[in-house]
Amino acid sequence: MTAFLKKYEGLWLFVHSPAAMVAAFVAALIIIGAVFAPWIALVNPYDLASFSLFDGLLPPVWLEGANPKYLLGTDDQGRDMISSILYGARLSLVIGLSALTIAAVLGVGLGLAAGYYGGRFDAVVMRIADVQLALPAILTALLIDGIARGILPAAIQQDLRVAVLTLAIALSLWVNFARTARASTFVQMNKEYVQAAIMMGQHPLRVMFIHILPNILGPLLVIMTVDLASAILLEATLSFLGIGLPADSPSLGTLIRIGMQFLLSGEWWILWIPTLFLVALVVSINILGDFLRDIFNPRLR
Amino acid sequence: MVYFILKRMVQSVFVMLAVAFLAFSLFRFVGDPITQMTGVETSVTDQERLREELGLNDPFVYQFARFTGDMLRGDFGFSYRTRQPVAEMIASRIPATLELGLVALIISLLVGVPTGVYTALRPRGVLTQTILMTTLVGVSIPTFVIGIILIFIFGVQLGWLPTFGRGGTVQISGWESSLFTIDGWRALLLPAITLGVYQLTLTMRLVRAEMMEVMRSDYIRFAMARGVPMRSLHYKHALANTMVPVITIIGLQFGGVIAFSIVTESVFQWPGMGLLFLESIRFVDIPVMGVYLVVIAFFFVLVNLIVDLLYVAIDPRLRIRDVS
Amino acid sequence: MLTIKDLTVKFPSRFGDFTAIQDVDMTIKPGEIQGLVGESGAGKSTVGAAVIGLLQAPGYVANGQLTLGDTNLRELTPAQAHDLRGDRISMIFQDPQTSLNPLMTVEDQLIETIQAHADVSEKAARKRAVDLLEEIGIKNAAQRIKAYPHQFSGGMRQRVVIALAISTDPELIIADEPTTALDVAVQSQVLDLIQRLAKERQIAFMLITHDIGVIAQVADRVTVMRKGQVIETGDTAQVLGAPQHPYTQALMDAVPPLGRKIDRFRVPAEDDTAPSQGNAAEQWLLEGQQHDLTGLSLQNLTVRFASPRTSLFHKPPPYVALDDVTLNIKPGSIMGLVGESGSGKSTLAKAITGLVTPSSGAMMLGDTELPLGKSRSRHHPSRQLVQMVFQDPYSSLNSRHRIGAILTEPLWFYGFVKDAREREKLAASMLALVGMQPDAITKYPHQFSGGQRQRIAVARALLARPRFLICDEPTSALDVSIQAEILNLLKDLQAKFGLTVLFISHNLAVVRQMADETAVLRNGKIEEIGDTHTLYTAPQAAYTKSLLELTPVMPTSWAR
Repeated sequence: MTAFLKKYEGLWLFVHSPAAMVAAFVAALIIIGAVFAPWIALVNPYDLASFSLFDGLLPPVWLEGANPKYLLGTDDQGRDMISSILYGARLSLVIGLSALTIAAVLGVGLGLAAGYYGGRFDAVVMRIADVQLALPAILTALLIDGIARGILPAAIQQDLRVAVLTLAIALSLWVNFARTARASTFVQMNKEYVQAAIMMGQHPLRVMFIHILPNILGPLLVIMTVDLASAILLEATLSFLGIGLPADSPSLGTLIRIGMQFLLSGEWWILWIPTLFLVALVVSINILGDFLRDIFNPRLR
Repeated sequence: MVYFILKRMVQSVFVMLAVAFLAFSLFRFVGDPITQMTGVETSVTDQERLREELGLNDPFVYQFARFTGDMLRGDFGFSYRTRQPVAEMIASRIPATLELGLVALIISLLVGVPTGVYTALRPRGVLTQTILMTTLVGVSIPTFVIGIILIFIFGVQLGWLPTFGRGGTVQISGWESSLFTIDGWRALLLPAITLGVYQLTLTMRLVRAEMMEVMRSDYIRFAMARGVPMRSLHYKHALANTMVPVITIIGLQFGGVIAFSIVTESVFQWPGMGLLFLESIRFVDIPVMGVYLVVIAFFFVLVNLIVDLLYVAIDPRLRIRDVS
Repeated sequence: MLTIKDLTVKFPSRFGDFTAIQDVDMTIKPGEIQGLVGESGAGKSTVGAAVIGLLQAPGYVANGQLTLGDTNLRELTPAQAHDLRGDRISMIFQDPQTSLNPLMTVEDQLIETIQAHADVSEKAARKRAVDLLEEIGIKNAAQRIKAYPHQFSGGMRQRVVIALAISTDPELIIADEPTTALDVAVQSQVLDLIQRLAKERQIAFMLITHDIGVIAQVADRVTVMRKGQVIETGDTAQVLGAPQHPYTQALMDAVPPLGRKIDRFRVPAEDDTAPSQGNAAEQWLLEGQQHDLTGLSLQNLTVRFASPRTSLFHKPPPYVALDDVTLNIKPGSIMGLVGESGSGKSTLAKAITGLVTPSSGAMMLGDTELPLGKSRSRHHPSRQLVQMVFQDPYSSLNSRHRIGAILTEPLWFYGFVKDAREREKLAASMLALVGMQPDAITKYPHQFSGGQRQRIAVARALLARPRFLICDEPTSALDVSIQAEILNLLKDLQAKFGLTVLFISHNLAVVRQMADETAVLRNGKIEEIGDTHTLYTAPQAAYTKSLLELTPVMPTSWAR
């Protein structure tokens, strides 16, 4: 009964939790907007020909001097804010999700193996994790970026920007997955169904992926949401620092950096609107993550 | 116990070596040191001679050994960008970052721990729910946004606090400190809060989770069954046990503080190591990048070692092992 | 004197109120030990928690009277209730390891408790604490008191717990499964201690346990509970020896006697769910019996585990889990293995199944040699011929797999049946053979009770067509009545299919019922082996003798 009730209970809790529902709604909105950006956006911020300086610095539609075509105004280059945000969110999500996937596959794989085999293999993986941990996320990301800058010829640097960023973020996130997977695996290894499978003579890979993995998904799922938020924040931070995505293919972080210039002058929307969207997106993801955590660990309610 | 400490120290050394190796690889393989140092006009023969003099043609292991040896003696090489000794550059920036990090950490602990305890002991209060909601938002706002918001409110609109730089500093035998002037504190406040907020929310949530877990344990139940006064129960029993795992995490957090200081220093133009590192990335100044790596790893490893020692000091199960 | 009348406790949940206990009546006089016995879910612990006011939130007392002497317990404010705890009512729990604050010395915990209720100086409190420890039998108390909880052994720790509980001179102590986690010898001492305290200090005890033997040994009166209600109550000898209520009668029928062997337990008529559905499985198993009955023999088996290093200068000696064990299990028989926790029983099972690599010795299955541990390949035939039923029904089945998948796995893995649908049919038939409904195939483990899960575990083991079956504490986690059913099932299956069985348990009475021969294991060494009846009636080894003497049982004079 409990699994069904849990599913049912999860839904019940979800429907009775206004925060979770609002969060899901907001997140869904932004994500859908991001996915369909090329079709619904007015302007393609990457296409230099699609906007002009003459449309620059127009305020949002409820202020004086606005152009109703650009609901939330334009930036100094004349790009529509909504379009920039949609494309920006798109990039942020693409990078965040890709990095998350790489980190998850790498981390869970290593963590599972470390928990299963123990001994030397585990020790080695843990040492590597220790080294990785000694270099905090931002540092790793910055380093990878710096290295890429140094190694790759200038010509393809721009094109590979996204890949480099994704790799950098993934490398800073995998340790979290590995440690959690490893700890959970250790717990499962003591359970009798695992001993039964090993005793039968089943192949280690089968034991790890068919028996153990389904049982450790709970905490991993929670990490995934939290880390998605971290990945997006990390990318935004890197772009803000100028190391991430450049102004002509901006992510939300880049937009905020651009907006900083206008902190003191009057054009507040160029800064605060992308900021608001970024925060809304991440807050929604975090609320959903918290919600998931509560489902899997009812004692904290 | 001695064995345990020794084991941990060996592990730390290993980590440092690995980081040093990474830094060294950076030096060797990213870009060519010779071209960086000499420019285009130097002839090829001169470049070759320089290469030979600097020992860049020696076997890999030799070079790594020399590199490590140099580091241990305090010789960190020269910056590609400024031609100054890297050691000096970094040393001049350390006080700024360390003070910022320390104050931020203290703020996060002073606010985070009590709040965590409070929300754990009164899980259903209105204040608790508000705090939880606020921290959720706090965790979601990137540090740089918090910085921008604070600058906007306190710097631009209200004009109470400066928005960049360190303000008045005082030299104390080579250590340039902001802590001894009002002006220094005014400049330190916003960046420290920015840096501290994220740590604060993490600490609070952690303390809360651990404490709630502890409150459910059997020994708390038994203590209640014996009529131990509630106050003593909460602090002497529950909080003491909560702090044990919390201390480890705080150690890890210190690493986060140093890392996030990069962002904060960037937003506030605070002249610390982080800002230096950022600039070195922009200019692909490999020596500075490499050394920064090693310095950060060193701090991190040091803090963790201290945390482990604290752990041993606090938890009797690690100190005394016999079972009679 | 504690008086409970019409006590009802409810737990509200979003699906409606759950009544944990209903209309419970009980009285305990000073100096009396009242046993509260019942199977899991009976509500025994809830009664105790309600009396002392420590119900797990959101439970609440919906109705009833609770009086201790002149005090109405239900009318106290939270502060008054908290003062009462320790002062007049105290409680002790099952696990001494988790009951004590690991960061405080025993001394500090005792002094704190004493000073919480009596206005005495620290010096006076310390003196009382030392006296207490001596009274409950901890020698060298003045020094030992400065130690931390983890420095005491399990039995000693429980004594410290008891010392803490009596340090405030309460009138009533609620003991919730106080000896369940202890070894037989230690349990005996703690029970003696409880009896002494009840008599000398006139403390009333509510002794909550599922172990009938313990009740028989120390309780003056007993109350039997089931599903939140009181079934029967009265003097111990009368309730246990000549029970009135059919439930109590059935319960007593299910308790395995230590003094004699019975053929089959009397269990309430099992609803025979189309037994013919099990025929397909039965035939399939009998078909596969190409091998003759297979025996197992262990020769000089030794298992050593490396101890963690604690010093730089010398390597600590390895921990010897099994020391030169020689055992011969005759084909088609059941060998019982008795031992307390830490004796090495589980290690033995793991050595046989290859999960642990012995340091020396040899094993033979039938007349072929069994490769040891790591050198046993994954495809070795013994992997199929030797199967195991584990102790914990809640972790022996993968909770994320359907029953069908769990059961058909051995059929698929060993290549017995190639067609998937055939496998499902055979698995369903096997379920019927072990007394389950075949439609369980589509469900998940958590939808079943502990006893049902053990049946599924047995079915899984059988679907590998084994010749040798290891049962590692298969009923230790089950209620007494369910245990009886499972033991019957195992007996029947063993007889029908000629399995050779190694039956491991710490429960002497259970092993007596099941085994033809019995081996006694202690600290990795075999103390005694022999025919079960002989071993139990005329034990040779001192350890066996003391085990049999100290195991709490119902005196045979009581039985009807």
